[in-house]
Amino acid sequence: MSVQSVGRVTRPEPQTGAAPDAPPGSGLLQHEPLIFELDDWDKTGVDFPPPEPNEDLEAIDLAGLTRESAPALPGLSEPETLRHYVRLSQQNHAIDLALYPLGSCTMKHNPRLGEKMARLPGFLDIHPLQPPSTVQGALELMDTLAHWLKTLTGMPAVALTPKAGAHGELCGLLTIRAAHEARGDGRRTVLVPTSAHGTNPATAALAGYQVEEIAQTADGRVDLADLAAKLHDDVAAVMVTNPNTCGLFERDVIEIARLTHAIGAYFYCDGANFNAIVGRVRPGDLGVDAMHINLHKTFSTPHGGGGPGAGPVVLSAALAPYAPTPWVVHGEQGFDLIEQAVGPAREAHGRMCAFHGQMGMYVRALAYMMSHGADGLRQVAEDAVLNANYIKARLSGAMTAAFPDGPCMHEVLFDDRWLDETGITTLDFAKAMIDAGFHPMTMYFPLVVHGAMLIEPTETESRRELDRFCDAMLELASAARDGDVERFKGAPYHAPLRRLDETLAARRPRLRWTP
Amino acid sequence: MRYLPLTDADRSGMLAVIGAAAIDDLFSDVPVAARLASPVDLPAHAGELAVERALGRLAARNRAAGAGPFFCGAGAYRHHVPASVDHLIQRSEFLTSYTPYQPEIAQGTLQVLFEFQTQVAALTGLPVANASMYDGSTACAEAVMMAARITRRKKAVLSGGLHPHYAEATRTLAHSAGIETFRLGAAIDAEDAVLAAIDADTACVVVQTPNVFGTVTDISAIAAAAKAAGALTIVVTTEAVSLGLLKSPGEMGADIAVAEGQSIGNGLNFGGPYVGLFACREPLLRQMPGRLCGQTVDAQGRRGFVLTLSTREQHIRRDKATSNICTNSGLCALAFSVHMSLLGGAGLERLARLNHARALTLRSALAAIPGLEILTPRLFNEFAVRLPGRADALVEALARRGVIAGVPFSRLDPDAGMDDVLLVCATETTTAEDIAIFSEALAAEVGT
Repeated sequence: MSVQSVGRVTRPEPQTGAAPDAPPGSGLLQHEPLIFELDDWDKTGVDFPPPEPNEDLEAIDLAGLTRESAPALPGLSEPETLRHYVRLSQQNHAIDLALYPLGSCTMKHNPRLGEKMARLPGFLDIHPLQPPSTVQGALELMDTLAHWLKTLTGMPAVALTPKAGAHGELCGLLTIRAAHEARGDGRRTVLVPTSAHGTNPATAALAGYQVEEIAQTADGRVDLADLAAKLHDDVAAVMVTNPNTCGLFERDVIEIARLTHAIGAYFYCDGANFNAIVGRVRPGDLGVDAMHINLHKTFSTPHGGGGPGAGPVVLSAALAPYAPTPWVVHGEQGFDLIEQAVGPAREAHGRMCAFHGQMGMYVRALAYMMSHGADGLRQVAEDAVLNANYIKARLSGAMTAAFPDGPCMHEVLFDDRWLDETGITTLDFAKAMIDAGFHPMTMYFPLVVHGAMLIEPTETESRRELDRFCDAMLELASAARDGDVERFKGAPYHAPLRRLDETLAARRPRLRWTP
Repeated sequence: MRYLPLTDADRSGMLAVIGAAAIDDLFSDVPVAARLASPVDLPAHAGELAVERALGRLAARNRAAGAGPFFCGAGAYRHHVPASVDHLIQRSEFLTSYTPYQPEIAQGTLQVLFEFQTQVAALTGLPVANASMYDGSTACAEAVMMAARITRRKKAVLSGGLHPHYAEATRTLAHSAGIETFRLGAAIDAEDAVLAAIDADTACVVVQTPNVFGTVTDISAIAAAAKAAGALTIVVTTEAVSLGLLKSPGEMGADIAVAEGQSIGNGLNFGGPYVGLFACREPLLRQMPGRLCGQTVDAQGRRGFVLTLSTREQHIRRDKATSNICTNSGLCALAFSVHMSLLGGAGLERLARLNHARALTLRSALAAIPGLEILTPRLFNEFAVRLPGRADALVEALARRGVIAGVPFSRLDPDAGMDDVLLVCATETTTAEDIAIFSEALAAEVGT
C-alpha cells in the first residue's frame, strides 16, 4: 500500500466484488427532485431595479382584473437554479458526448461560432417592428441567406419564414394550393410514398388535401408504374423525399418530376435529407417546384432538445408569386421589408407566423455556410455519404442491410431479419446500445422495413469514433446471436433510469406536478 | 476545414473498406445530368475570424434596442434576461440533444418539459399545458383548428383587438382546413363587437388580453356567451409577463389559452425563435396539438418522464393527426423555464408591477404633450396614442433622433384607418431618462 507523507492512501487495494446497490444520486450523477419539491422555494434569483421615485408598485388601476395572489410557482436563488438545471442536464445524451446516429435527424456537430454570432446585440437585441432603416444589417443578412439557399438549390425564390420542417412543408403545400386556386383549379389529392415521414401526410391533410399513397419498389424507390397509374387531373402535388427515408437517392427523380408536371401538378421535395447532396446536386436541376430546408439539419443550427428549428422553402418560378409574406426587397434606400401583399403580390397565400421567421437560426445557418463555403459544403455531403457507407460496409456482415445493393446516401437502413429467432427485437437492441455508450439509431422508421434501424452518422464523426461505434455494434450483434438475451431484454442497465412505462403514462396522464 | 474530422488518408482508407474506387462511385444513383462537376458559385470556406468580421459588420448596421431609448412592444418585448439563463441553455447536454425519443438518456430534457408544463398551467390557470409551440401566433392558429375539431363547426370569430399578424397567420392555416375566420374591425375596446358576433355556427372566439392596443380586458362575459352558444373561448396573451399580475385566462373562463412566451427568458431576436405557450381544460386534452410530457415509472418503480399521448401525433396517425407538428421550441422553453424558476411566482408578480408602473410613468409623460391622445383605457405595459399626423413618418423622424418610438399600427394593419395611431411600450428596461428623451423629442416633432 502506497502512502503519502501525510498518511493518505494513494493506491487502493484491488477490488473484485460486485458494487452494492447504489442509492439515487450516487457518485457524480446527482439525483434531482422536481423544482416544485424543493421545500424552500419562496425566494428569487433576480434583483430588480428599484421603482422610480414617483412610482408606487401597489397602485394598480385595474380593479377586478388582477390575480388574487401571485402564481404559486417556485423561485430559487441563482446558485440553486444553476445546480437544479446542471444536474438535470447530466441526465441527457448529447452530440458533444458521443455519436448520436438518429437517422433522418442529422445530429451533427453544432459550431459554437453560430452561438456567438447570434448573440451579437445587433442580432439578438433588435425588435421585429423597428423601422427598416434601423435594421439594414438584419435585412441584408436575410437577403444573403436567401442568396446562398437559392444558389445551393438552383431555385429562383425562397420563403424564409417557416419555423420548422413541418411548417415549411405546410408553407410549400399552401403555396401550391394558392397557385392552383389562382387558376380556378380545385385539385384535392396529394400523392405521398409509403416510406414518407409522418409529417408529409399530416401536412397534406392539414393543407386540406386527401392523401393517396404511392407504392415502393423492391429496391426502396418510388414505384414509377404505380405513380403513373395514380396521377390524374385531381392530383395537386406529388411529395417525395430525396434522398428518401431509406437513405437512397431516387434514381428516377427527373422522370417523377416530368410525369408530375405533365398532368399539371407540382413536385414537392421534402428536403430533410438535403445534407446528403448539398453542393453536389441542385434540386432545381431535378425539376423540383418547392422544397423545404431544415436549417437545423443541413446547416447545423442546434437541435436544442427538440427545437427551435427553421424550415425555409425554396420555390420554382411558377410558384414564387404565391409565396407567403413577408419578404425582403432591394428598395430605393437600401433593403426593405414587404409585410403586406399589395398589387401583384396579392397572389401571396398569407402569413405563416407573426414577424419574419427564425432570425436567430438564420444567423447561425449563415455562419455555418460561410465557414464551409462552396467547397466545404460539397465536402460535407461527400463525408456524410462516405461515413454512412463505411458503417454499412463494416456492419453488413453481422446485420441485414434493408437494401444491400449499391451505395446508400447519408444514412444506412438495416432491418431486423438478422435478429430472427434470437428473441431480441429492434427495441431491445437499441436499449443495449445505450449501455454501450451510444444514442440508439432511429427505430421502426421508415415503416416500409420490418424492425427498421436507420443509422445516420453525419460528416462530423472521425474515423476513430465510427470504428468505436462499429466495434460496439458488432460486439452487441455477436452477443445477440450467442443468445445473451438478458443483456438486451433488461437494457439499459447503466442509464440514469431503466426502461420507462409508456403505457402507464398514456393510460393515466400526469402532465403537471400537483401537491 | 475545422468542422470535418476526416483526413484524406481516412477517406481513401474508408473507400477501400467500402470497395469503392472514388467518392463519385457513392453518388452513382444521381442522374448524370444533375451531377455538379465543381462547387457552386459561392465564396470558398472561411476561418472564424473572417466570418466574425463579416457578420459583425452586418450586426453593427442594426440599432440594438439597448443602444438608446426604445419603446416597441406589439407582440415582442424587451426584458432583462439573467446571465445564468443564457449560460444554461448553452450547456452541451441541452443545446446538442434532440427530441427525447430515448427517455432513459433524456430525463434532463423531459423533466424540464414536465416542469415547464406545470409552470404554464399555473400561469394560464388551466390544468393541462403542452411542451410548447413554435410561437404565439402559430399556437393561436392551432387553437382555432383544435376548436373546430371539437365543436365540428367551421366559423372562428377573431376579436378586433387580436394582433393582426396573429389574425393573418390563423387565417392562412384555417382557410386550408375550410374554417372561415371573421376578423372584426380593429378596435381599442373590442369586446362588445365580439359578443354580438357569436352565433350558433361559431366554433370559437379568439380574444386577446392585454390586446394589441394594450387594453386589459375581462373576457368573462364573452366566455359565458360563447359557452351558451356551444363555442369555445380562446384567450391570447402576447406579453407573458402580464400573467404575473392579471387574472389568468382560466380564471376568466377560457377553454384554451395561448401565449407568446418570449418575454420570459428569450431575447427579441428580430422576431424569432420564440416559444408558444398552449394550455386547455382537461376534457379537451385528446384534441391538443404538439408534444406532451407525462410522468410514469421505470422498470424498477422509480419516477421518470416520457413523451406521451403520441397517438395524437403525425408519426403515428399520419394524415389523421391533430397537427403536423413534429418538434416544439425546446431550447426557448428551457430559457422560459429557467427564467421563471429564478423569478418564482412572487418575482414574476413584482416584475409585472414594475412594468405596469413604468408604463404609467410613460403615459403621464406622453399625456402631457399637447396634441397627443392616449387611447387605451386600461393598460398593462403598452398602450396606443393618437398623434396629430401619420405614425410611421413620426417613427422614422424620431429614429433619426436616436429614439425608437414604437410601432405604427398601420404597419400591422394598413387598412384599419388608424394611420395616426402609435403603439408604445415600457418595461423594467425603460429608464426615466429614456422617457424624458422620448417625450422631449416627440414634443419637438409634433410641435413643428
